[in-house]
Amino acid sequence: MTTAATVTEGTDSPFALSHLDALESEAVHIFREVAGEFERPVILFSGGKDSILMLHLALKAFAPATVPFSLLHVDTGHNFPEVLAYRDRVVAEHGLRLHVASVQEYIDAGKLRERPDGLRNPLQTVPLTEGIQQHRFDAVFGGGRRDEEKARAKERVFSLRDEFSQWDPRRQRPELWQLYNGRHAPGEHVRVFPLSNWTELDVWQYIEREQIALPEIYFAHEREVFKRSGMWLTPGEWGGPKETETVETRLVRYRTVGDMSCTGAVDSDATTLDAVITEIAASRLTERGATRADDKMSEAAMEDRKREGYF
Amino acid sequence: MTTSTDRSAEQLSATTLLRFATAGSVDDGKSTLVGRLLHDSKSIFTDQLEAVEQASIGRGQETPDLALLTDGLRAEREQGITIDVAYRYFATPRRRFILADTPGHVQYTRNMVTGASTAELAVVLVDARNGVVEQTRRHAAVAALLRVPHVVLAVNKMDLVDYAEPVFAAIAEEFTAYAASLGVPEITAIPISALAGDNVVEPSAHMDWYGGPTVLEHLETVPASHDLTGCKARFPVQYVIRPQTAEHPDYRGYAGQIASGALRVGEAVTVLPSGRTSTIAAIDVLGQSADIAWAPQSVTVRLTDDLDISRGDLIAPTEHAPAPTQDVLATVCHVADSALSVGQRVLLKHTTRTVKAIVKDIPSRVTLDDLSQHPAPGQLVANDIGRVVIRTAEPLALDAYADSRRTGSFLLIDPADGTTLAAGMAGDAFAVVAQTAAESAENAPDESGWDF
Repeated sequence: MTTAATVTEGTDSPFALSHLDALESEAVHIFREVAGEFERPVILFSGGKDSILMLHLALKAFAPATVPFSLLHVDTGHNFPEVLAYRDRVVAEHGLRLHVASVQEYIDAGKLRERPDGLRNPLQTVPLTEGIQQHRFDAVFGGGRRDEEKARAKERVFSLRDEFSQWDPRRQRPELWQLYNGRHAPGEHVRVFPLSNWTELDVWQYIEREQIALPEIYFAHEREVFKRSGMWLTPGEWGGPKETETVETRLVRYRTVGDMSCTGAVDSDATTLDAVITEIAASRLTERGATRADDKMSEAAMEDRKREGYF
Repeated sequence: MTTSTDRSAEQLSATTLLRFATAGSVDDGKSTLVGRLLHDSKSIFTDQLEAVEQASIGRGQETPDLALLTDGLRAEREQGITIDVAYRYFATPRRRFILADTPGHVQYTRNMVTGASTAELAVVLVDARNGVVEQTRRHAAVAALLRVPHVVLAVNKMDLVDYAEPVFAAIAEEFTAYAASLGVPEITAIPISALAGDNVVEPSAHMDWYGGPTVLEHLETVPASHDLTGCKARFPVQYVIRPQTAEHPDYRGYAGQIASGALRVGEAVTVLPSGRTSTIAAIDVLGQSADIAWAPQSVTVRLTDDLDISRGDLIAPTEHAPAPTQDVLATVCHVADSALSVGQRVLLKHTTRTVKAIVKDIPSRVTLDDLSQHPAPGQLVANDIGRVVIRTAEPLALDAYADSRRTGSFLLIDPADGTTLAAGMAGDAFAVVAQTAAESAENAPDESGWDF
């Protein structure tokens, strides 16, 4: 008998799936539901580990056929060059179609104004939602996980957004069994979160199990950084360092990959997936707490941005 | 003590996943119990605690308000109540857990139904001082209705009744009798104090008379998956994979998640609702070819014959194929704010199939507190639970919910705006009471009779 499951030991029956197999199966089910029910789905792809994981799962879900979705990247203009290179490599390797919504273009065209604090993450919402409208995407996959933030703990797997892409937590559809309701009116769309039930550690353990390639900035390397609001930021044209801030070279890595203006590096000597997993498991900080400036703006920062259309 | 090392060892070795739900009103100490499980499994992070401390200070509170840790929405923090299901994650050396944290207020029955729909275990909290109350019976009824396989009765606040065994024994006996009468298959009663930490993670030093497991121990050891031998295989087709490439010119695979039971290569299968038959030629489990696959694996199946099969069809072993029907008798929990009425046209979503349907009748509405029933209510409103008769435009390969939570469940959807109206469970509502109803129906077939 050949089986393709990690048979687990202990108290469970031989038919119990390992937690990674269970999460994988659930995510694949969600991808296939969207492929079956929607006309124009798209995967939000930033080159970060969660979106890389989503793409890997989508490739598995439809093999040996190609992924029936295109990719959408909201480029803040302050992305890490290593990540953009990774993005373009993956797109070419799998013959995918990539759409780019550019924050810089919106600023150059006068449709968005640079914030005084230089943060560009909050500016992503408009190019994202207009990109969705322009391409008439009806399902938009995001890599959001419920373990990230308490507002996200309340997020559905299928999250209906109105024509302004707004999230209204009090008007969410109850989500029962594995019966996802994707009905929507023209102009509305559904945000889909196939990684809802994964934790940061699950993501890393699965990446290790599947040997998924990642941008190199996820692993420890020497980098010039400076400290702002308690985080190690990478200098750049985006607006750092200021005169009062000093640059030093440190051994660091990134736990999340986002806009350079608000994504901090962490001190680390983890150069392998194994070492990263050990480090993550031992950390007493959430990944967002450790590395994201924009979540610290207020108690309801995430909820407020989600309401506006952000992920 | 190096807590960080502890956590890493724990979370890295966990193997299986258990989904469970908690039920209980705020006063029963549910937040404290959830907080303790998260805290003692080191799933609360320093930055999250700091954020709670800061927010608490900002409101002029002297001690951190741990409810802020779990109440994620503005409205919840403003009102100091939990208004929606939240999902939380923690791990121990033996297992990982997904906790559906469901609010216990009367008006949020739909939230407990939502949380219980995917749960393999439900924890019902009772205040030892108050014993089994209406709310307790309601929670037991929802767990029974949703056929949650394992129910834990956590008799909380034992510290406030001097850890007295007779208090616990009386509550456990009353609850067990009630839940058993509804057909709950397994009930484990545990005396705890969530606040003092008795029998939650650590065994209590105050209750020598209790020889059973702690809450966490029980969560870690309860079977997380069912014995497949009694389950008939069900495979709803989600998507047809046809690469049409030079490498795979004739590949035609049926992708889906096995809803119940196991599929084997060489097995004779029937495709529903068409009734055509074939044999399983190959099973692919996400990249690996296998001779056998089982629920809930997501797989791709190939058949020996080229049949016309599409999304919404169901593949089942020929010898155990369900009989398609257009007449559905079910119990529904109404989850929408607008009512569900007799004569209403709806959409019915069952596995991967969505069909038009009409609500032919609503024979009764039940009050979960005492299971009293109200004949012919005409309509169901938010949080109501009732029996419905539905006629579908196309045949459905529907199982009884008692046999398969996955292929016996469905949604009713408003075709006008896509609102999810109701959560449906085909067949009899409560295992044991329903049997009585069936017997009485034989003796006196009365449509308006007590059919719970």
